[in-house]
Amino acid sequence: MGDVVELKTDETADVPVAEEAGEPVAAACSFGDFEDFESVPVDRRVMVIGGGICGITAAIDLGNAGYQVVLVERLPSIGGRMLQLSETFPTLDCAQCTLTPRTVETGQHPNVTLKTCCEIEKLGGEPGDFKVLVRQKVTYVDWNKCTGCGTCVQKCPTKSVAMFERDAGLMPAIYTLSPQAVPNKPVIDADRCRYLTKGKCGVCAKVCPVGAIDYEQKESFFEVNVGAIIVATGFDVYDWKTKMPELGGGNIPDVIDGLTFERYLSASGPTAGAMVRRSDGTEPKEIVFIQCVGSRNPELHKSYCSRVCCMYTAKHARLYKHKVHDGQVYIFYIDIRSTGKGYEQFIQQSVSEEGMIYVRGRVAKLYEENNKVIVKGADTLTGRQIEIAADLVVVAAALVPNEGARELAEKLGLTCNKDGFFVEEDYKISPVDTGQRGIYIAGCCQGIKDIADTAAQGSAAASKVQVFLSAIRRQKQDAV
Amino acid sequence: MKYPYFPGCTLYTKAKKLDDAGRECSRRLGFELDELPDWTCCGATFPLVNDYHIAMSGPTRILADTKDQGGNKLVTLCSVCFNVLKRTNHVMRTDEERRAKITDFIERDYHGETEVMHYLQVLRDDIGFDQLKEKVVKPLEGLKVACYYGCLLLRPVKEIGLDVMENPTIFEDFVRALGAEPVEFPFKIECCGAFQTVHSMEVATRCSRDILNSAKNNGADVVITTCPLCQFNLDDRQPEIQKSDANFTTIPVVYFTQLLALALGISPADLGFERNLVDPLPVLQAKGAISD
Repeated sequence: MGDVVELKTDETADVPVAEEAGEPVAAACSFGDFEDFESVPVDRRVMVIGGGICGITAAIDLGNAGYQVVLVERLPSIGGRMLQLSETFPTLDCAQCTLTPRTVETGQHPNVTLKTCCEIEKLGGEPGDFKVLVRQKVTYVDWNKCTGCGTCVQKCPTKSVAMFERDAGLMPAIYTLSPQAVPNKPVIDADRCRYLTKGKCGVCAKVCPVGAIDYEQKESFFEVNVGAIIVATGFDVYDWKTKMPELGGGNIPDVIDGLTFERYLSASGPTAGAMVRRSDGTEPKEIVFIQCVGSRNPELHKSYCSRVCCMYTAKHARLYKHKVHDGQVYIFYIDIRSTGKGYEQFIQQSVSEEGMIYVRGRVAKLYEENNKVIVKGADTLTGRQIEIAADLVVVAAALVPNEGARELAEKLGLTCNKDGFFVEEDYKISPVDTGQRGIYIAGCCQGIKDIADTAAQGSAAASKVQVFLSAIRRQKQDAV
Repeated sequence: MKYPYFPGCTLYTKAKKLDDAGRECSRRLGFELDELPDWTCCGATFPLVNDYHIAMSGPTRILADTKDQGGNKLVTLCSVCFNVLKRTNHVMRTDEERRAKITDFIERDYHGETEVMHYLQVLRDDIGFDQLKEKVVKPLEGLKVACYYGCLLLRPVKEIGLDVMENPTIFEDFVRALGAEPVEFPFKIECCGAFQTVHSMEVATRCSRDILNSAKNNGADVVITTCPLCQFNLDDRQPEIQKSDANFTTIPVVYFTQLLALALGISPADLGFERNLVDPLPVLQAKGAISD
C-alpha cells in the first residue's frame, strides 16, 4: 500500500474542470443531499457507479457498515435491468418483489445518497481521495418541487416506443421507469416530447400542481470527493437486429429478444402480463426459443457464452406455459449450461413435467409467411432439417457490456477486454479488484453473470472497499 | 476503361447469353472487357476440396496472366469463376506457405496483386449506379424483379466481401438503377441445389421450387441471377417441379446482363431469350420492358 498512484486525467478535455464547477450544486435531480455525506472524512465515503442490483447491494452493505455512499445512476431511477424482468430463475419469484424492498431501502438509507440521471465526467485525485466530476443530465422536471403525484405521466398525450419497454409497448414522453420507481420522480424524454421537439403541447406543465416542469433546464456538473469507487455498470443486449439479418433484422414484429419477452411476461409490463403477439395481439400458440443468438459464435459475433440464457429461456418457456396451457414450446439449443444451485433440476423439470421440446441445433433463418414466422433450423441429433411455423420467436441474444463502458474505462483508468468487459486484477482470486487501487468492478460489467452471482460480487466489492479504506486510515495514523 | 476479362467455360456454351449481353452492355457503358488470351478453366469447385494445392494452380495462372498483361482488375460474370478466382487470390494474399508452394509449381511470380471483380462490382464501384441510371434509355418501369444471389457470389464473406452476407443489397440497387422494382423475398440467398442437380435431382428441384415460389409469392415477374448453375436449376428444373406440383406456375429466370441490356436499349432479339426454357418474352412484353 506504499506508493500512491497518480491518476491520469485529460486536462485538454472539453469539460468544465472541477474548480469551475464550483460547489456541489443543489442539482435538480438530487435525492437526498450531501450534508451527511460531507460530515464524514473522505476515507469513509464511497461512490458506486450503477444502480442495478449489484450497485444497490454494494451501496446497502457499505451504508450498513457506516460508510457514506453516493450512488450514481444514469437512468431516472435505480433497479437496473432487474427492474425489467418478470420472474427470476430458479425459484420463479417475482423480480419486483425481490428488488423493490432493496430499491426502497437504498432510497431511504440514511447513509446512501442517490444521484440519478447522472454520469461520470472525469476522475481526478488519488486512491483514497478521488475527486469525481459528475454530469447531472437534464430531466426537465425540478425534483425539489415535484411531489411524484404522477398526474403529468397520466396526462401526457405522447405514447411511443421507448427503451425501457423495448418492443413490448409504449411509454409516455414524461415517465418513471416503474410504478415503484426510486426515486419516484418523472423525467421528460426530449427526443419524444412534443413540446421539446415541436414547441407545441406543454400539457405536463399545465397539469403539474406544483409547477415543477422546467423546459429550460440546463445540465450541470458537481464534484464528489470519495475514498473509493465501485463500478457496476451492467449489461445490454447485443444488437442482433442490425448484426443478424438472417433473423429478420428486426423487421419481423413477432421475432423479439429475451428482454422484450420479459416485458410481456411482467405483470407491470405494458400488456400487464398478457401473452400476446406484437403483430396482431393474438395469443401465440406455437413459440420457438433460440439460444446462443450471437453468443458462442467467434466467427461472426461474440465468442463467449452469455451464461444466463439457458436458464432464462427455460424460465421463459415455463412462464409462457403457465399463461398459455395449450401452447407448444420448442427450444433450439447447442447444449444446456445449468451450473447454479438448483438450476439443473429446473431444466429437468421443464422437460419432464412441462413438456418443452428441446431441439439440439441452430437456426439458420427466420422469415414471415402467412402470418407465421417460419423457423428453418437443424436437429443435429437426428441429422434432419427442421421447419417450424411459429407464432412467436424469442431469441436469447448475447449480452454485452452496457453502452459507454469503454469511455468510462478510459475516464477511470480501467482496461476493457476485446468484448468491452472491464478487466479484473485476477479472475480467480481477486475478481473485483482492478489495476487501479481504490477502484473496484462488480456484476455484469466484469463479465456476464446471473443475479445471484451479481449480488455476491456487489457484496464482495463492498467488503474490498472497506479493506482498502481501513488500510488508508491505518496508513494515515502511522504517518501521524 | 479496359478491364482484363475472364469469361469462363460456361459463358462460351450454356450461358452464352450472359456473356454476350455483358460484353455489349460494357461497350454502351464505356468500358471494355478485354478477354484474357489463352485462358483456362478456373477449376470450378476444385479449389474447395481438401487437397487444393494442385487445383489452385489453374486459377493462380489466370491471376498471374492478368498481372503480366498489365491489368490490375480481373472481371468475371460467372459467380463460380468469381468465387474460385477471388478465393484463390485470397490464399495468394494471406497464406505465404501455400502461395510459395503453388507459384513454385507453376513457375510464376505472383503475390495476389490482381483484384478480382464481379461485373456487378464494376457497375457499383467504378461506373456507379447513379451513372448507370443516367445511361438507361429504356427504364424497366413496373417490372418486379426478384434478385436471386445464390451462395457463391457472397460466401464466404470474409474472403469474398462483395456485400453483407445475410442481407445483401447490391443486386436490388442495380435493379433500381434500371428503373425496375426489386421485390424482397426471404429465399434470395438460399442455395439452388447446385451440383446436387447431377446426382440427386429431387434435391435441386425442391430447392429451386422453394426459391421460385417465394419469389412469386412476393410478387415477382421475373427472377434474375449472375450464376449459370443457378440459372440452370431455377429455369430448366421448372418442368420437373410441375411434375410433382400441378399447381406450380412458371416464372422466367434471366441473367442480370439480359435485363441490363434491355434497359440500355439493346434489341431483345440479340439477347438469346429463346435459349431460356421458360420464355421471358410474354411477361417482359406485358410489363412494357419490351415493345412489340
